Amino acid sequence: MTAADTHTEDLARPNTASQPPKGVGPMERREARLAYLMLAPTFLIVLGIVMGPLLANFWISVKPVKLGDLRPPTVLVNERVRGSAEAPGDPVTLEYRLRNSTQDKEIRDVILTDTLPAGFTPETVPELCSISGRELTCGIGTIPGQWRDRLRIEGTVNSEFLALNRPGRESEPVIAGDADNVLTSLDFTLENFIEVFDGAEFWSVLRVTFYYTVFGTGGALVLGLFAAQLLHTAFRGRSVLRGLFLFPYVSPVIAVAFTWVILFDPFSGTVNALLTKMGVVETPINFFGERAISYSLFGIPMEFPLALTTVIAFEAWRYFPLSFLFILARMQSINTDMYEAAEMDGATPLQQFWYLSLPQLAGILSVLFLLRFIWTFNKFDDIFLLTGGNAGTRTLTVDVYEQGFALSNLGAGAAVAVVVFVLLVTFAMIFLHFSPKEEGL
Amino acid sequence: MSALSGLLLAVASGALWGAIGMIVTGVTLTLVTGAVAIPQIGAGALAGMAQAVFLIWRQNGRAGTHVPVLGALVGFVVLLAVSFAAPFSLPMSVITGWQILALAAFLGALTFANQVCLSDVPMGPMTRYHRELVYIRLAKGIGFVLFSIMVALPFYVMVMTSLKSQQALLANPLDLSIDLSQGIGSLFRSYVELFTQYNFGRYLLVSAFVSVSTVILTLLFSVPGAYAVSRLRFPGRATLSRSVLLIYMVPAIVLVIPLYAVFSQLGLRDSLVGLLIVYPATTIPVALYMLQGYFRGLPSELEEAGLMDGLTRLGVILKITLPLSLPALASVSLYVFMIAWNEFLFAFMFLDNPDIFTLSRGIVSLNSSEVPRQHLMAGAVIATVPVLVIFLWFERFLVQGLTAGSVKG
Repeated sequence: MTAADTHTEDLARPNTASQPPKGVGPMERREARLAYLMLAPTFLIVLGIVMGPLLANFWISVKPVKLGDLRPPTVLVNERVRGSAEAPGDPVTLEYRLRNSTQDKEIRDVILTDTLPAGFTPETVPELCSISGRELTCGIGTIPGQWRDRLRIEGTVNSEFLALNRPGRESEPVIAGDADNVLTSLDFTLENFIEVFDGAEFWSVLRVTFYYTVFGTGGALVLGLFAAQLLHTAFRGRSVLRGLFLFPYVSPVIAVAFTWVILFDPFSGTVNALLTKMGVVETPINFFGERAISYSLFGIPMEFPLALTTVIAFEAWRYFPLSFLFILARMQSINTDMYEAAEMDGATPLQQFWYLSLPQLAGILSVLFLLRFIWTFNKFDDIFLLTGGNAGTRTLTVDVYEQGFALSNLGAGAAVAVVVFVLLVTFAMIFLHFSPKEEGL
Repeated sequence: MSALSGLLLAVASGALWGAIGMIVTGVTLTLVTGAVAIPQIGAGALAGMAQAVFLIWRQNGRAGTHVPVLGALVGFVVLLAVSFAAPFSLPMSVITGWQILALAAFLGALTFANQVCLSDVPMGPMTRYHRELVYIRLAKGIGFVLFSIMVALPFYVMVMTSLKSQQALLANPLDLSIDLSQGIGSLFRSYVELFTQYNFGRYLLVSAFVSVSTVILTLLFSVPGAYAVSRLRFPGRATLSRSVLLIYMVPAIVLVIPLYAVFSQLGLRDSLVGLLIVYPATTIPVALYMLQGYFRGLPSELEEAGLMDGLTRLGVILKITLPLSLPALASVSLYVFMIAWNEFLFAFMFLDNPDIFTLSRGIVSLNSSEVPRQHLMAGAVIATVPVLVIFLWFERFLVQGLTAGSVKG
C-alpha cells in the first residue's frame, strides 16, 4: 500500500481518522435483527417441541405420574327433571346429580352454572345456590375424592314449560373448579428412579442396548463397505443394483419389519419352511421369540442370544444402504493415480485395499460409526415392531415405552428417558471430541 | 508355491460356484413352483469343479469359440451323472418345464461365473498378484449373489404373500407362485378388502395429506432460517449452525412421554394437528442444515446484484436464491416426505381414532390374530409402493438428500 492510497482512504473517512470502525453499526444491527426474525419460527417450534420436552422429562421423572393421571379430575354432572307435569301450575323438581370423577383428588372452588328451563318458576332453592333471572349459580366449594351429591330445585311450571320437547336439555350445566394437576403440582418423588435402577431387568436392558448398538452399527458398516466395493467399478446394471440396495432403507419400517416377522415365522414362515423341508434343521427355529440357544463349545456350556442376533441382523440389513452410499461417494472421490503408482510398484489387489483404500476411508468410516452409533442407540421402532422387546431384546428405548405405557407409569418411563438422554449427551461429548474435522459433518 | 496352484484355485473356485449356484437355483425353484426341490449341493460342486478344470485346460490350449458351450456341456454331464439325473432331488417327470429352466439357469450362471473368475488363470504356478485377483473376483461374485438375495427376498415374499389366499398359505408356506388361473379379482382380493372393508383408501389419503403438509411446513420454516444462517451475519451464527445437528440427535422416544402428557391435556393428541406440529419440528433442523449448506455454495454476487437493483431481501430469496436451489429443495422435500410417510412412533402413540389413521398406524391395527397375514402384507405393499415409486423416479435427488441429511435414520 502506497502513501497515496493511505491518504485517499483517510480522506474518504475523515471522522474515523484511519481507524477501523468499532462496535456494531446500524447496518449490522439491522442485518442481525432480520436474521433473528427469519430464525424465530424455527427457534420457537424447536424450543417447544424438542427442548421443552427434553426438560419436561426431568420434571416428569421425579413426579408420581401414572398414565391415568393425565385426565384432569372434574365434577361430572347430570341434570334431570323429576315429576310429571301435565297442566300449568303442576310442581316439578329439577335435580342435578354431581360426582367427583376421581377417587382421591379434591377439587376446589366448584361452581355450577346453568340456565333454568323456560317457564319454570323456582320455589325452594338450596342455600348454596342463587338465581338471578333464569341464571342459576351454585357455589359448592371444595369437594373431596369420591364425593357425590344432589342439588334439588323445586318449583312450578306453566304452559311454556309443557310445550318444551325435553325440558332441561336445551342448556348444558357448566362446572368450574380447580384441582391439583399432578403434572404441575409440587410433590416430588425419587420412587421412579429407584424403581428403574432397582429392577434386575435394568442391567440386562443396559447390556442388550450395548450389544445391539455396537453390533448393529458394526454390521451395517461392514455390509456397507462390502456393498460399496461391489458397486465401485462401472458395469452394466450398476445403477439398477444401486437402487435395489437402497430399498431396505427407503421403505417404511413398519412394512419391512412385519415382512421379516412373517418371513422368519416359526410356523408358516418361508425361511423355516425351507430349512425344515430341505432337512437343514429338525424343528422350526423361533428366530424372534427364542431368547437363547444353548450349545457347548469344548465342553463349556454357552448361550447364543438368538432373538437379539436376529434383531441385530435386521438393523444391519436395514441401515447398510446408508453407509454404502457414504462410502461409495468417498471412494469415487479418491484419486486413481495412487492406485496406478501402487500397481507399478507391484502391490497386490488386497494390499491396495488394505494400505490405500482403507486409510482413505478411515475418516468417513469413523464419522459414520459415530453417527450410526448414536442413531442405533436411539432406535425404537425396529425392535418394538419385531419383538416388542421380548425374548431378551429390550433396549433402553423400548424400556421407555414399556415403563411409561405398557405399565402405565409415565414417571418411570420418563426416568428411563432421562437415562437415555444422559447417556446420549455423554456419547455426543466423546464423539465431538474425537470426530475427525475434515469430513465436514 | 505349488506347481499346480492354478489348477487348485480353479478346483476350489469351481466347487464353490457349483455349490452356491445349486443352492440358489434349488431354493428359487422351490419358492417359484412350491415343489420342494432339495438341491444336490455335492453334485453341483463336482459339476462346477469339472467345468472349471475343463475351462482352464482349454484356455491354456488354443482359444476356441465353443469353449463356453463345451464347458456347459461338461457341467451338465457331470451334474446329471452324479445326481442320478435328479439334480433337485425330484424326478424329471415333476414340473418338467421348470426343472429344465432351472437346470439351464444353473449351467448358464455356472459357466459365466467360472469364466469370469478364471479368465487368464494358468494351470501352473501363479503370482500372488494373480491369485489375489481371483480371490477378489470370487468375493465380489459371492457378494453380488448374497446382497441381491438379501435385499430382494423380503420384498419378493412381501408381494407374493399379499397375493395368496389364507388356505394356500397354510397348505404350503413355500409356495410363493402366482396362481393366475383364479382370475385378477381373486388374485388381488386382499387389496380389494383392505380398501373396501379396512378403510385403507382413507389411510392413504391421510398419509399423503400429512406428508405433503409436513414438507410444506418444513420448507416454510427452514428456508428463511437456512438463508439467515448462510447469508446474514449475526452474533451466535457459528454456534447455531453447529447446534442444529445436535438437536437432530435427540431421539423421538425421549420426546414422546412429555409430548403425550401435554398434548393429552391440550386435546391435541388424537388429532392430525398434533402430528403436524411434531413432524415438522423433527424435520426442520435437518432441512435447515441441508439447505444452508447448499445456499452457502451459491455465488453471493448474484444476490448482491439483486439487492443493488432494488430487490428486497424477500425478493432476493424468492426470485434469485430459491430458483437457483431447486435441486436442493427437491432433495429436501423428498427426504422430508420420506421421513413423514415412514414415521411410526408418533402416529402409533398419538392416534386412536380410526378416521385419522396414517398408513403406518393403520397397518399396526392389522397386526392381530384376527386379520389374515396376507392382508398385513398387502398393507405393507400399499405403504411401500408410493415411497419406492417416488424414490425410483427421483433417485438422483433422493440420494443427494440421503447423503446430505442422513445423519438421521
